[in-house]
Amino acid sequence: MNSKRIPMIASITLMLVLLPKNVFAMHIMEGFLPPVWCISWGVLTIPFLAYGLYSLRKITIEFPKLKLLLAMAGAFVFVLSSLKIPSVTGSCSHPTGTGLGAILFGPAIMSVLGVIVLLFQAILLAHGGLTTLGANTFSMAVVGPFVAYAVYIIVLKTKGSRSLAVFLAAALGDLATYITTAFQLAFAFPDPTGGVMASTVKFMSIFAVTQIPLAISEGILTVIIFNAIMNYLKDDEFQSLKIFSKEALR
Amino acid sequence: MSIGNNHKLGNKNRIATNLILIVIVVLLAVIPLVMAKDAEFGGSDDQAKDAISTIDPGYKPWFSSVWEPPSGEIASLLFTLQAALGSGILFYGLGYLRGRSKREENRNKA
Repeated sequence: MNSKRIPMIASITLMLVLLPKNVFAMHIMEGFLPPVWCISWGVLTIPFLAYGLYSLRKITIEFPKLKLLLAMAGAFVFVLSSLKIPSVTGSCSHPTGTGLGAILFGPAIMSVLGVIVLLFQAILLAHGGLTTLGANTFSMAVVGPFVAYAVYIIVLKTKGSRSLAVFLAAALGDLATYITTAFQLAFAFPDPTGGVMASTVKFMSIFAVTQIPLAISEGILTVIIFNAIMNYLKDDEFQSLKIFSKEALR
Repeated sequence: MSIGNNHKLGNKNRIATNLILIVIVVLLAVIPLVMAKDAEFGGSDDQAKDAISTIDPGYKPWFSSVWEPPSGEIASLLFTLQAALGSGILFYGLGYLRGRSKREENRNKA
């Protein structure tokens, strides 16, 4: 059991480590957040990371059959975050891909997958940054997945179709990530005349508006992959996944 | 058996539905290129840098990247590698699951 788990964790880690993100992706740039904010977001993120590590370990021990799906959820983040897509605002951004893993396994584990990606892309690709790691992890690997998971459960509980639940979860989770980024920058750089609100509007128009069509794309791509996975799952695996969605999955 | 399989969707229109969905994704990417012909399509983080310098002209980044890819080519190499490995693992998984489920089906038929 233990000897089987170690290579799996090692290969997931290696996979995450070897796959840096693109230079133009949309996180807060190195050095562009004043130290007090870097530390605050970092401290806020730590409990989520600790719980994420605990959950990841628990899943691999209790549901060893789901390791392949775990790797696929991680791989999905890599593919989607490498797609720099043009948007209506005339600039480019990329989806996050964190929604799929969040709805399959619950949002906690995504904080771990996300921080590894962000860390190594900050080191290897000069994208995002070490000083802004806490803030970027909070937006992409905490807020995004938690929003996705909440939307997913709510839509399923209100008897919405499964595809609709997956679509809205992934799309709104993606959007929530970039809205969080806009707020983080606005808190750190309040407009001299209009204050935080004026800055929020400004950063929102850069990040969030660009992101709307991409969020729709992310929603659609997540539905395609999610339905494909569901189609081939064995019944016992499906029952395990139901536990993560608090029996909402059907 | 039927109870066990109720999480699976009908097979019939799956390919057609997926094709339509993929076309929508492609259109969402192509339409901006046609609509905003003269735009630069740079990264939205570069725009954020500009916005920061208008709000607070005196702000200087207090830390710089530990390493940068030496050229755009190197950067695109790393980024293509990311997409290739990611989709490799993802579709290896899907292929594995599909093969396994086909095998089960055949076994049940026999």
